[in-house]
Amino acid sequence: MNASYLPYVLAGVGLTLAVAVGALMLSTLLGIVAAAARLSSHRLPRALATAYATLIRGVPDLVLMLLIFYGGQIAVNAIVQRLGWGGETGSIDIDPFVAGTVTLGFIYGAYFAETFRGAMLAVPVGQSEAALACGMSRVQVLTRIVLPQMVRHALPGFTNNWLVLVKSTALVSVIGLTDLMYRAKQAGAASRAAFFYFVVAAAIYLAITSVSMLALRAIEQRHHRGVRA
Amino acid sequence: MDFETLLQPDTLKLYASGIGVTLELLAVALLAGVVLSMPLAVARASKSRLLSLPVAAFTFVLRGTPLLVQVYLVYYGVAQLDWVQARWDAVWPWMWFKAPLFCTLVAFGLNTTAYTVELVAGAIRETPHGEVEAAQAFGMTRATLMMRIVLPSALRRALPGYGNEVILMLHATSIASVVPGIVDITGAANGVYATTYLPFEAYIAAALIYLVLTFALVLALRWIERRALAHLRRPGGRTGLAPTAPDDAHPA
Repeated sequence: MNASYLPYVLAGVGLTLAVAVGALMLSTLLGIVAAAARLSSHRLPRALATAYATLIRGVPDLVLMLLIFYGGQIAVNAIVQRLGWGGETGSIDIDPFVAGTVTLGFIYGAYFAETFRGAMLAVPVGQSEAALACGMSRVQVLTRIVLPQMVRHALPGFTNNWLVLVKSTALVSVIGLTDLMYRAKQAGAASRAAFFYFVVAAAIYLAITSVSMLALRAIEQRHHRGVRA
Repeated sequence: MDFETLLQPDTLKLYASGIGVTLELLAVALLAGVVLSMPLAVARASKSRLLSLPVAAFTFVLRGTPLLVQVYLVYYGVAQLDWVQARWDAVWPWMWFKAPLFCTLVAFGLNTTAYTVELVAGAIRETPHGEVEAAQAFGMTRATLMMRIVLPSALRRALPGYGNEVILMLHATSIASVVPGIVDITGAANGVYATTYLPFEAYIAAALIYLVLTFALVLALRWIERRALAHLRRPGGRTGLAPTAPDDAHPA
């Protein structure tokens, strides 16, 4: 067996984690906004958020990634050319890291929106009514009253989505990002020990998902302090 | 946007054959998953550690790693083992590992098996104690009890969760497009993009096809659920169980 590419493969773990954490932050933010929009009393934000959640969740993430990565490049080129930017070539290349992270964040925002919507509904209405009666603005009600109380209800779904998201980061290798998966494939081809390198990659993903499962379970227990069974 | 180019007979044929490949992948993987997961789920829900722990390890590994790794592991990994290469010219069943479609189906089938096992095992564990005790009082053997009492009701209760798994598997089949030689819906879009250089149109067409398939499956599953869970229906018309996709959370 040829294990000399092991350092090359392990060097991809950082990028995989960076994509995962970046996408997590973006999708959490998008999820909160979309969940709040779905529960809004205005029709337009509600319709937009419902369309976002339904459309994104009806299409495979790989297709959306290819659509946004290749299609996004063309859209950027068209805009750049219209504005006369981009120098002689008339184009600005989209960075695959940005494309991969933004795409995953955009996709998983739809899943987080569902989780957060359910969690927000679990916070008694009296809480926000009381806050409104105290003279808080709607944004204050959301950030000070609803969000802190929904964390407990959102954590199980949040854990689930994070685990699926980590595994989905493997797809960024398809658009050419040199993450763990991409490097394992290259190493396997170069050394003719593909089985070994894919087992290594699988073990690393398994380690990431197991550790985050344990960590999030501990956080969940912390958030359940003082809750009567 | 230039959808005219997409409406050429050749392009339409490519998408149509892609739909066929996607549905074939989905059907075979799901069938393998259902058949394999039945005995494994019974073992997983068993009180004997000797039976349940190996199955728990299997589902832990398959549910904790990306499907893409599993597909590559079977397609590139297994095919490069000397032990397999020494046999795949003559010895059954190793010759099948030469076929990309078979390798992909092995990975898909095992993946959906792992998720289905946990769904069904959960439903088996939730069987009301009274039903089991009544069957025991009738003198049923454990096998009869499992076949006649536990499984029929557990499988029905697992249906809403399984509906979600079907939809997720439909979307997961798009990963087959990374395997050389398999042209599913996503693969067809890749081909159209490569020849026309129209990424928006090519992938939006694929996305629309997946959306239509998803909604058709959701409706079909809802119909099956309504029939299979008719005995749990409340006077209001809804079944006593939680509604299934598209509103459910995504299982890990």
